[in-house]
Amino acid sequence: MLHIVNKSPFDTGSLASVLRVAKKDGGAVLLIEDGVYAAVKNSATEASLKAAGMPVYVLQADADARGLQSRLMDGVNMVDYGGFVDLVAGHDNVQSWL
Amino acid sequence: MSDDMDFEEGGAVKKFMFVNRKAPYGTVYALEGLEVVLISAAFDQDVSLAFVDDGVFQLVKGQKTDGVEMKNFSPTYRALEGYDIEKLYVERESMEARGLTEDDLLVDVQIMSAAEMGDMMAQQDVVISF
Repeated sequence: MLHIVNKSPFDTGSLASVLRVAKKDGGAVLLIEDGVYAAVKNSATEASLKAAGMPVYVLQADADARGLQSRLMDGVNMVDYGGFVDLVAGHDNVQSWL
Repeated sequence: MSDDMDFEEGGAVKKFMFVNRKAPYGTVYALEGLEVVLISAAFDQDVSLAFVDDGVFQLVKGQKTDGVEMKNFSPTYRALEGYDIEKLYVERESMEARGLTEDDLLVDVQIMSAAEMGDMMAQQDVVISF
């Protein structure tokens, strides 16, 4: 299952809930919109993403819009809109966490 | 209206899960989610409801909304059975973190761990979050 998070982890608990609940096997996390703030290097959330046990993807356009191009942690995978579509198509199911 | 406008009989049944993660009255999500669940009942699909995070508060007994002049929609959860919606899942960690036990809930539910909830989500065809 692809888990999409679009809210800042400093504002809402949706990312924390994904990391608690999501089935790791076959799971992936895609950060979009304000969700991309979770992947900032040296942030309070970096360690939890590193320990996610699932691949983590960040939508490039949203990171760029927020000035985060060179401020993201190692180990995340950048995707463009085409990559977003590929992720959705490549997983059995998708959950957009509100 | 011609017959071909009818929904196909015996079409594929999909597994739908509605995930409730918000408390009932502070935002409209819980009520809107419940409306969608009731609509889904008309389509004879395999529907389940999950209650995670503050969504657990939707099921607390004794809600009384006269003072805030909002509709108390909590009795509706007890009516879901009449629409053949009987799969209600509550995540134990969320419930316990909020000081609640199964006895505090107004309807029979299946309590499960976060990991079991994750497994349940992964089995769905469609997951809609409220």
